[in-house]
Amino acid sequence: MRFGGLVAVNSVDFQVNKGEIMGLIGPNGAGKTTFFNCLTGLYIPTEGRVVFDGAVLPPKPRKVVIAGMARTFQNIRLFGNMTALENVMVGRYCRTTTGPFTSIIRGPKFRRDEKATTERSQELLDFVGLGHTTDHLARNLSYGDQRRLEIARALGTDPKLLLLDEPTAGMNPQETRQAEELIFKIRDLGLAIVVIEHDMRFIFNLCDRVLCLVQGRTLIEGTPAEVQSDPRVIEAYIGTGPEDAAELEAFEEEGQANA
Amino acid sequence: MSKMPQLVTPERQQRTDPAGRWLGIAGGLVLAASALLPWAYSFEALDGMTLIAFPSPLQYLGMVLGLLVAGLIICSRLIKPRGKIRVGWIRAAKAAGTGALVYIGLIVLSISLELGGLINVVYGGWLALLGAVLAFAGTRLMIPDQPATLSHAQIRPALEILLIALVMGAALFATAFGLNIDDGGTFVCFLAFLGAFVAVLFRVGVMGFLSGASQRHRKVLILAAFVVAFLFPFTQGGSDANMSIATQVIIFAAAAMGLNITVGLAGLLDLGYIAFLGAGAFTAAVLSRSAFATADIHPPFIVVVLIAGVVSATLGLIIGSPTLRVSGDYLAIVTLAFGEIFRITMINLDGEAGPDITHGSNGIPAIPDLTLLGFDFGDPHTVLGIPLGRFSNYYFLLLVLIAFVILVFVRLNNSRIGRGWVAIREDEKAAEAMGVNVFGLKLFAFASGAFLAGIAGAVKAHVDISITPDQFVFLESAFLLAAVVLGGMGTVLGVLVGATLLKLLPEKLRFVTDYRLMIFALLLILMMRFRPEGMIPSRRRQLEFHEEDEELAERIEEEVEETGVLKGAGR
Repeated sequence: MRFGGLVAVNSVDFQVNKGEIMGLIGPNGAGKTTFFNCLTGLYIPTEGRVVFDGAVLPPKPRKVVIAGMARTFQNIRLFGNMTALENVMVGRYCRTTTGPFTSIIRGPKFRRDEKATTERSQELLDFVGLGHTTDHLARNLSYGDQRRLEIARALGTDPKLLLLDEPTAGMNPQETRQAEELIFKIRDLGLAIVVIEHDMRFIFNLCDRVLCLVQGRTLIEGTPAEVQSDPRVIEAYIGTGPEDAAELEAFEEEGQANA
Repeated sequence: MSKMPQLVTPERQQRTDPAGRWLGIAGGLVLAASALLPWAYSFEALDGMTLIAFPSPLQYLGMVLGLLVAGLIICSRLIKPRGKIRVGWIRAAKAAGTGALVYIGLIVLSISLELGGLINVVYGGWLALLGAVLAFAGTRLMIPDQPATLSHAQIRPALEILLIALVMGAALFATAFGLNIDDGGTFVCFLAFLGAFVAVLFRVGVMGFLSGASQRHRKVLILAAFVVAFLFPFTQGGSDANMSIATQVIIFAAAAMGLNITVGLAGLLDLGYIAFLGAGAFTAAVLSRSAFATADIHPPFIVVVLIAGVVSATLGLIIGSPTLRVSGDYLAIVTLAFGEIFRITMINLDGEAGPDITHGSNGIPAIPDLTLLGFDFGDPHTVLGIPLGRFSNYYFLLLVLIAFVILVFVRLNNSRIGRGWVAIREDEKAAEAMGVNVFGLKLFAFASGAFLAGIAGAVKAHVDISITPDQFVFLESAFLLAAVVLGGMGTVLGVLVGATLLKLLPEKLRFVTDYRLMIFALLLILMMRFRPEGMIPSRRRQLEFHEEDEELAERIEEEVEETGVLKGAGR
């Protein structure tokens, strides 16, 4: 992906398997969110292509969602003036086909679909722990709940791969722990998950594998332990080579402070 | 909503409350009594206010307002709140006081305008003004009570239904009465009274109760509304004057409701919408049995209506597919240009500049009346001894039309498609990223709005007899948009009210006809400043226009939890 003369993301290749959580880390401006935007079709890659589940994805957000890739946003982008349930129901949009005609005559298909959509959406709200907020306006929810609702909305599209862009940004430790549990719960459904996060403790706890992006390139990909101990990662974050483990810890704290 | 400026501070009200009470009661009684005295010097003014002990209708209405002020204040002392249910006596009295002052002020102004000078207002009129001023001042000095909570009250269902029917009947009576007023000043004063009366009903809590009751009996309400609309021609005693206006109002309202899909639901600004009405009208005209029609085939009207709708919808698709890639102001400019292109094309299809389809600016005249199943819409009929003229016949047809338009609007709004539209309005990028077919839904909003305008146009061709390109100028698009914005984007009731006001006022009031551009422009500017969501706002739109207002969000959320729906459509 190129913006004018700036190469924002350059030859990033990776694989996520079913039931696996992949972490995407990197210093600010490394191209993590740009990478997400390329994947989901919000940006049209200047070069290269996205292959998902054996098929090339067109750079159209809607097609990407239908293919089974859903995302959340770094800065929450809920439909604030809709209720929590309605937000999830919008997520169900691409999995239903109720047309205008049956909607106008309130035909059997309309009633069937509407009932199924409502039930499934409520189920998802319960799943992320927002069952009690069905009729609350999204904009009235607490920050943590809004993050959960975004996940529920993304789950509404029946994804195979879930992309989470900083799901714990701005959360307190307790909310972070709850988010972690939720992500594990989603993985146990058999979904593949990619998480962007600055909170290193969170990411190394959560992920099966971690990929570190620096200046749009893959620096390293491996298990949390491998990435954690790689000196280049620390250099990328802090800028100087680490002398010993003490500095590694300082780096970790730095990571949390960033988050 | 912005707060009204406070004339008397709450601290001062603490001291002046008892005095205000007596002042208010006295003012109200003086106003009521003055109705028995002559108000104007000559019988020419308003509806004849020169007799002693024989009040004219307007004087009776003044008496009602006066008695309301006094009665409400007295009730506030006599009737204590029971449980959680409160009645807003004092608040209502304040509204009545203000209403009385405006009402009497307008009457005094009208008398002096119609007869040439304040000298023509005689002692009864001055006494009424004094009473109104006292009532206004008195109620301002009082401490307001808590807002009414009558919406929580419930009575027996049968009684509630009866009440709804009574209110509908009263509305029919008021409409029939108002429309039969010929004198401009009288009409304005009557509107002022209605405004004051409705405000009082709101404040006292009756409106809250009624809206609660009508929610519990929604079907009854809709049925009653249509029965009332159906009965309206029977109140006209065979006169076609008001019925002609009524048909125009309904055509205008049906078109506005179609535009409401595009603007109110999908949030697309369309400034050339009148072209779709025109396309439908020209299609029907060309296919009609008029001697000037240019097509040789004359399908039955039902088919013509469908063709007209499809032609308009196709135009909508053609104009929409390239232009919907731009948004906001750009879309407005493109659609505005499209509206003009349509009109000029119709002028050019005259046999010289292009093929002869519309006879250019002469248009297609002499479109014959409709005949449906042997029923000739041009013939007057007599039902139960009441003669119904040509326009009454069309009025009934148009009622069916607008019922259909409203049905389409409401059901689309409360469906998967409607949810998609809301999501697009809220955050287009996020909607797209969640798999909503943004482009398709926008195009559909455009086309379905156009379809509804097309079928309205097909009926319009027969009602208006003659169709010419200059009926479809930009100004008409602007008026349609104004009706939607003034009334309340995305609502049924609001747009109906907006369309009625915008079409009715110029017909009934000479003054408004002459200055209608200025008046409507001012009205729009004021609305945008003080109430951008329109007169009768949809809850969702209200939220959108007040992103910062936490209190509003909380209140609406409570409402949603009670009723289970966030009312995007009419209330």
